[in-house]
Amino acid sequence: MARQSGDVIVDLRNISLRFGGVKALTDISFDVREHEIRSIIGPNGAGKSSMLNVINGVYHPQEGQIHFRGQLRRRMEPHHAAEQGIARTFQNIALFKGMTVLDNIMTGRALKMRCNFLQHAFYWGAAQREETAHRLKVEEIIEFLEIQSIRKTPVGRLPYGLQKRVELARALAAEPHILLLDEPMAGMNVEEKQDMCRFILDVNDHYGTTIVLIEHDMGVVMDISDRVVVLDYGRKIGDGLPDEVKNDPDVIRAYLGGAH
Amino acid sequence: MLYREAGQFKSSYAEDGRIFPIRQDRIGFALLMLAFGVVVPLLANEYWLKAILTPVLIFSLAAIGLNILTGYAGQLSLGSAAFMAVGAFAAYNFILRVDGMPFLLALALAGLAAALVGVLFGLPSLRIKGFYLAVATLAAQFFIVWVLVKFPWFSNHSSSGVVTAQEVRILGYAFVSPEAKYVLTFAVVAVLALAAKNLVRSATGRAWMAVRDMDVAAQVIGFRLMRTKLLAFAVSSFYCGVAGALYAYTYIGTVEPEGFNLDLSFKILFMIIIGGVGSILGAFLGAAFIVLLPILLDNLVPALFGDALGAGFASNLQLIIFGGLIIFFLIVEPHGLARLWQIAKEKLRLWPFPH
Ligand SMILES: Nc1ncnc2c1ncn2[C@@H]1O[C@H](COP(=O)(O)OP(=O)(O)OP(=O)(O)O)[C@@H](O)[C@H]1O
Ligand SMILES: [Mg+2]
Repeated sequence: MARQSGDVIVDLRNISLRFGGVKALTDISFDVREHEIRSIIGPNGAGKSSMLNVINGVYHPQEGQIHFRGQLRRRMEPHHAAEQGIARTFQNIALFKGMTVLDNIMTGRALKMRCNFLQHAFYWGAAQREETAHRLKVEEIIEFLEIQSIRKTPVGRLPYGLQKRVELARALAAEPHILLLDEPMAGMNVEEKQDMCRFILDVNDHYGTTIVLIEHDMGVVMDISDRVVVLDYGRKIGDGLPDEVKNDPDVIRAYLGGAH
Repeated sequence: MLYREAGQFKSSYAEDGRIFPIRQDRIGFALLMLAFGVVVPLLANEYWLKAILTPVLIFSLAAIGLNILTGYAGQLSLGSAAFMAVGAFAAYNFILRVDGMPFLLALALAGLAAALVGVLFGLPSLRIKGFYLAVATLAAQFFIVWVLVKFPWFSNHSSSGVVTAQEVRILGYAFVSPEAKYVLTFAVVAVLALAAKNLVRSATGRAWMAVRDMDVAAQVIGFRLMRTKLLAFAVSSFYCGVAGALYAYTYIGTVEPEGFNLDLSFKILFMIIIGGVGSILGAFLGAAFIVLLPILLDNLVPALFGDALGAGFASNLQLIIFGGLIIFFLIVEPHGLARLWQIAKEKLRLWPFPH
């Protein structure tokens, strides 16, 4: 794993997030460097998903600061995050159920498309040219993720593993700088996991995409991560290289004593 | 000729994006347009043109409007008739008060007026969803009709509140005969239906469906909920508004605000449920079905049962059939007649070799 990590791209400082009385995150600080694969691990309910939701503006922490490329972000909304080049997948697949695979992935291109609705209503001319140009890019991704044969299938009819892959495709369609992946391999068999690992590493390698990954499979995490953050009960209990984290007594205790 | 796509390979993504990717469908559609645009007005009798074909087209347009909002953007509305009323009365006032107002411009302005009102009543959709939004649109339904009754200016101080649509003239030609009115309606509906189809198969349509299916994911991708929902309200109301204006000018001729009541709103909702939620074709199928069923029953019941069942029977039977069908489609086939048509075509594509 000799990838070159770059400058700090996301810097989270003293983040605290509460839902009523529930403290989902307490005083968490860590950073993400350009081009790295940064994993977040921890037992169930540790606050991993909440952390991703804070990074792309779905949740707004009560305390703390987020610096993005060195600039302080105040109350960022999800679409701002998207405009900044942050894309993500969800723990519980959040595909558009009534649409085909192709249409789902095409939505990922939305921010790159310029035509307005009047041009769409007319269709021929600018709108069709734009549609075709973006279709080309989407086809590249479809080929990369090896889902050519299900292009026109409504996503609701696909098995779980393929849905996860389509969701990744949709996120990749935005050509993101930062990709947030919330348990992309959950519920997959070994073979599907291997495929998914390969895709994640390829994306990271080919496009230099920074990846923040939540994953429960320790084998996978230790294998592909550059650095790992460990959360437990909303607090950070470990942070460092995979080997350091693996041997950290606090981390071992959390995993042995926790719900896992 | 077998219905097949064998040998028809798509060589570009533009071809793949066609409305009718299969050649037989394109030919069939062209023939259909020719039939309804040219042959029907030449051959059909006055009753069919006036009482069936013209209203089917107008209701189809309103159903397309509601389908954009409810079927594609996922915002349930019970106010379609009120937006039709806005269109009808806007057209009436534009033609009445602006000298030399061209009819087609008045039609477009009627749509825009309805769109504006639609956006206004769409604002609550940013906060509320589903059932509660339906109630909010219900309020729009009553409020708009109330305003049109309350301020006599809208009906040019007509004592009964009823207004008579002015003569329709385009480039000096007066559309008086049922044939002429039908052809005008057909042309307007065809153009707007095509525009709607284009909208829903492009990025605008994907934005609507994304917001409908999973609004958090839509936001995370970069869609702005407010803009997307309000655009759906605007476009939807535009279609209803134009439909309302046509209703007044090429169909019944005299309208009053109370004519655009909740019953009509429900009728349009039933059209999209039976025809197919989220389908442009479904809007036409649903409208045709709902206009034709009562006529069919009126003729069929006496023929089958004679007078034995009494006069009220046919209309009761009609209600029973509607109720049954709506429950059937809601539960069994939410994509309506349009989906049944699609399934039939898929079967035909394989026939006579079912594997
Ligand atoms: N929208 C919300 N409203 C209320 N509480 C929430 C919300 N989201 C998360 N929480 C709470 O915050 C805590 C952390 O949840 P989170 O989903 O971030 O954990 P996680 O580490 O992703 O767990 P898992 O491994 O099960 O996915 C939990 O106690 C959860 O109940
Ligand atoms: Mg989680």
